[in-house]
Amino acid sequence: MLRFIIRRLLVTIPTILVVITITWTLIKLAPGNFYSGEKRLPPAIEKNIREKYGLDKPWYEQYGKTMWSIVRHFDFGTSLRFEGQSVNKIIWRSLPVSAAVGILAYVLALVVGIAVGSIAALKQNSRWDYASMALAMLGISVPNFVLGPILVLVFSLSLYWLPPSRWGGFPSRNLILPVITLSAIYMAYIARLTRAGMLEVLRSDYIRTARAKGLSEKDVLIKHALRGGLMPVVSYTGPALAFLLTGTVVVERIFALPGLGNYFIEASLNRDEPLLIGIVAFIAITLLFMNMLVDIAYAFLDPRVRYQ
Amino acid sequence: MEPEIKIGPEEALAEDTHAETGEFVHGTSLWRDAWRRLLKNKLAVFGLIVVIVITLASIAGPLVIKRVFGFTPDYIPTNDTQLVRSFPPFKGPNGEFSWKHPMGTDNAGRDQLARVLQGGQISLFVGIIATLVSLIIGVSYGAIAGYVGGRIDDLMMRLVDVLYSLPYVIVVIVLLSMFRSQTPRGQLTLLFVALGSVSWLTMARIVRGQVLSLKNQEFVLAARATGVTAPRIIFRHLVPNTLGPVIVYATLTIPQVMLTEAFLSFLGLGVQAPLASWGSLAADGVQNIAIFPWQLIFPGVTMALTLFSLNFLGDGLRDALDPQMRTT
Repeated sequence: MLRFIIRRLLVTIPTILVVITITWTLIKLAPGNFYSGEKRLPPAIEKNIREKYGLDKPWYEQYGKTMWSIVRHFDFGTSLRFEGQSVNKIIWRSLPVSAAVGILAYVLALVVGIAVGSIAALKQNSRWDYASMALAMLGISVPNFVLGPILVLVFSLSLYWLPPSRWGGFPSRNLILPVITLSAIYMAYIARLTRAGMLEVLRSDYIRTARAKGLSEKDVLIKHALRGGLMPVVSYTGPALAFLLTGTVVVERIFALPGLGNYFIEASLNRDEPLLIGIVAFIAITLLFMNMLVDIAYAFLDPRVRYQ
Repeated sequence: MEPEIKIGPEEALAEDTHAETGEFVHGTSLWRDAWRRLLKNKLAVFGLIVVIVITLASIAGPLVIKRVFGFTPDYIPTNDTQLVRSFPPFKGPNGEFSWKHPMGTDNAGRDQLARVLQGGQISLFVGIIATLVSLIIGVSYGAIAGYVGGRIDDLMMRLVDVLYSLPYVIVVIVLLSMFRSQTPRGQLTLLFVALGSVSWLTMARIVRGQVLSLKNQEFVLAARATGVTAPRIIFRHLVPNTLGPVIVYATLTIPQVMLTEAFLSFLGLGVQAPLASWGSLAADGVQNIAIFPWQLIFPGVTMALTLFSLNFLGDGLRDALDPQMRTT
């Protein structure tokens, strides 16, 4: 087990560095820079600014400096667009927004998805099964940028029940629509995965054994079937995290939330290099470490999985 | 784990008399069998019909509109007396009923129906091209890795693992925003490169797995014994046998790629005006959601319906071609 964790770390850390390097290279290779936009600065001022941020140095020195301050101090420098604000500060300020929406959406998706999927599996080929699977297919097919505005149209602009956008602090009514929009597709995926997993498990020998030895149906389902049937859902956590991140980009833009995703798009459209590298590095680190944790959790949960 | 469609001896014999060469006997019956099973699946048939209708409408629609009403998807009316900006569906310039703009017009006065159909052209085109790239690169990469095996296989699949673990949408967003092209066509090409370069990874894994389980079977041994070269074994003997899962996965890749394209276009990084895709049309529509909701609803619903149908078709194909394969 320890060897497995060490091996995963040995893969994860270089991957993070590769992601940062790719981003850095793309930014440096692309024509133009932050100052080549519409508001042209006088050459002398631009020269001073470039000197200040170290942009006049040769590329290997810039790369070395960027990587060193990330690896050594976890410091991403100062934003160009939001003058005087450090990238770290922007990240720590916007992270709670994204995290709140993302985590709530994932929990909602898990609860509803597992419930719907289990019931569909238990009543296979019933009307309820067909209806919930058609609904799940709809959830997978309706893009979140269509679902979100339609929810706003119905619940904010027609019924006046919920606020259409903006951040209103952590527990607030503003969160309801973004969370539903973000969770719809995961709810659908998790329902499908749960159904498939449960169907397979319910037919397996150990469930027959559990029933044969006289366990109550409740015990069979909750203690035995659910544990095995949810393995696909656990292994989906990794990809789900990655998709949640891209989902939050869209949801934060639709609902005007000041989260990481919004800053990420803002930074890439404005060529705010330090902020962009900072956010990409931060996302890559979170994502890859989460994936590693999911793999390790998987090995603990399923005794049949063995890693050398 | 070799998925196999069992055929009864009578059926196989009956097929034999129809087929001209012995090589195709099994193939014909497999496809015919799968086709029969697909037709039994009502949702899959519904999906197939909708996909065909939307594809045909996207291809022919803009031409028909140009013939009947005389405007193209990017036509902006300049005549001041007829400035039909953001008109509701089925309404003429004076609010009377009219067939001219069944989906209304957008902010600039362009016909929404023509734009939705053109958007369909581009969205489907992007989906199909990226899937073709994933087919060509993914299938050959996976088949070669699986057949050659050993250290080369290790190396090739390690590369796939690394690429797989990259948060690729993030990298794609950086790529598209950094190398923003001034022309819509240039941006579209960039989009193709970005989507095509990542879509082949899963395909490579699937094909490699299939080839691994196939390559030790007798027919490969027989081929090798009769002196067939390695490339010929890979592409003539192994790849055709992986077609079932490959087709299923390719069908499910199309809606995924279309969704990614729409997502990027929605963020303003993909297809740009005067070209239209469902994602960019939805992005325009969101701006006006409070006043002109149909500008979002028409492209959004068309896209959702297409993805819905493609997903059902993919699921149906999976059940038909490979009843044992169960993934999401």
